[in-house]
Amino acid sequence: MSERFRESDRVRTSTVDPDHHTRLPNYARGRVGTVVGGDGVHPLADLRAQGVERPQPVYLVRFTARELFGHGDHTVTLSLWEDYLSDE
Amino acid sequence: MSDDHDDSPIAARVRELEAVLEEKGLLDAAELDRALEAFAHKATPANGFRVVARAWVDEEFKAKLLDDANEALPALGLSMGGGLQVQRLHVVENTEKVHNVVVCTLCSCYPIALLGPSPTWYKSPAYRSKVVSHPREVLEQFGFELPGDTEIRVWDANAESRYMVLPRRPEGTEQLSEEELARLVTRNGLIGTAAV
Repeated sequence: MSERFRESDRVRTSTVDPDHHTRLPNYARGRVGTVVGGDGVHPLADLRAQGVERPQPVYLVRFTARELFGHGDHTVTLSLWEDYLSDE
Repeated sequence: MSDDHDDSPIAARVRELEAVLEEKGLLDAAELDRALEAFAHKATPANGFRVVARAWVDEEFKAKLLDDANEALPALGLSMGGGLQVQRLHVVENTEKVHNVVVCTLCSCYPIALLGPSPTWYKSPAYRSKVVSHPREVLEQFGFELPGDTEIRVWDANAESRYMVLPRRPEGTEQLSEEELARLVTRNGLIGTAAV
């Protein structure tokens, strides 16, 4: 499966808060982070919860605490499906 | 709805399915219990302790563990299987400059096969919400103070992968055997809420 993003790419997460199950936590919505690696290909959790299997690349994306919370000097790394991401 | 992620509806569905399968004679409840017990029996933090001790004494194993943990585990007779699918494991290494801590903010994802059942605090909303925004303060609540210049990396196990921390080998342990080293490791050390 071709991957849209590569390591060190800057990406922005979706701002949409859907009614259905999702694996993009609220605190990481609409934030800019850096791809630090791939995390395999897995069925998109949002659709899988509705009985639809649509595998797509998952990325390890690292965010600074300042970007997420406006304070702090740590980082938070999440696994994010390609659908959750767009170019910065 | 991510903040409301909750296993209750799925748990209810599983119970109903189980009942139907039993009724139709397709599932033997006693057999299911035996399989679950066998998994639970094998799933203890002692597995994680052994992984850490081996990584401390065997550089080649450690390199493989950090590169592809699932490939490294069979050398110790371990795996991330046991559930419906084999879960991907990432082992993240603490160094002099970097400290790692693991959380699942959406529910309570945890590498049960290596760490056993998760502690209650790991599943608490307080830990899950605060460790991502204020990790240093949370670690202090565990009585664990890090130097001010240590970079803290929080890993949110929000999707398919699971995480285990590889703590730093304590100083003055050069003479200890692998078995003795394994006894130094704690469950909290594998989550990142303790030094070892």
